[in-house]
Amino acid sequence: MKAIINIGLKKGVLDSAGKATHHRLDTVGFADIVKDIRVGKQIIMELNCTDEATAKAEATKMCEQLLANTVIEDYEIIIEA
Amino acid sequence: MLVAVLQFPGTNCEYDTKYAFEKLGAEVTIVWHEETSLPQNVDLVVAPGGFSYGDYLRSGALAKFAPIMDAVKTYAANGGKVLGICNGFQILAETGLLPGALKRNDNLHFISKHHHLKVVNNDNAFLQELAVGDVVNIPVAHHDGNYYIDEDGLQELKDNGQILLQYCDKNGSNKVLNGSVSQIAGVCNKEKNVFGLMPHPERAMETLLGCDDGVKMLQGFFK
Repeated sequence: MKAIINIGLKKGVLDSAGKATHHRLDTVGFADIVKDIRVGKQIIMELNCTDEATAKAEATKMCEQLLANTVIEDYEIIIEA
Repeated sequence: MLVAVLQFPGTNCEYDTKYAFEKLGAEVTIVWHEETSLPQNVDLVVAPGGFSYGDYLRSGALAKFAPIMDAVKTYAANGGKVLGICNGFQILAETGLLPGALKRNDNLHFISKHHHLKVVNNDNAFLQELAVGDVVNIPVAHHDGNYYIDEDGLQELKDNGQILLQYCDKNGSNKVLNGSVSQIAGVCNKEKNVFGLMPHPERAMETLLGCDDGVKMLQGFFK
């Protein structure tokens, strides 16, 4: 299975990179269309397992222990076959 | 006084830190991250500055599972004194030995300059040689020094006297440097045996090199 993990700053935690990117898009002509930007990171991993529930549970443990810092970040896990 | 200075791949302040503590009269030993125990009778463990594991994933995140860190956690849990400077602060926050987290500076720049700091609490082993309100001038050099803690956490820090230092101007008025909550530059744990700060007192040990305000900061550990 494959786990796609999206990690970003929590709502309410100022995302400076998102803000700077938003500002730059504004200045190059996208001010009307762009409402908000959050910049995060994506981790894609191939897993040695065929069971979706196990894949999700293990990826969750990885996020809690290492991949995300839950003081400031949220994560979302997408499992694919 | 025996000081153990941790060394991870990418650490670059271990020799400055060794110099600083030796100048103050300590015996200093550098401990490689693959070690699984600290020297016997160590009085202080320092996680120094640098870019451990290339700052990959998040600053300090990969160092928290280095083999030596289990010994550091046990040492801290038994009341041993631990100091994290810059990347060392990031590592201790990631490890959970200190509250909060260090985010990218809000202006997104790497900030490298001298900056004034105000002593907020001195009833601890680290800052006991300074008075509350004292201002020191110490180099800062970091990209991820923007201290974050939620409102409840901040209140707890205040209630327990865990805020060590705040960024300020030369007169002691709070001054924004990197976006840190309450301009926090350093904190300690509730038990007051684990300390972390972004600025570098070990780089302020000689007047010839600009300033020796770091001496009276680090001297606290010798009392």
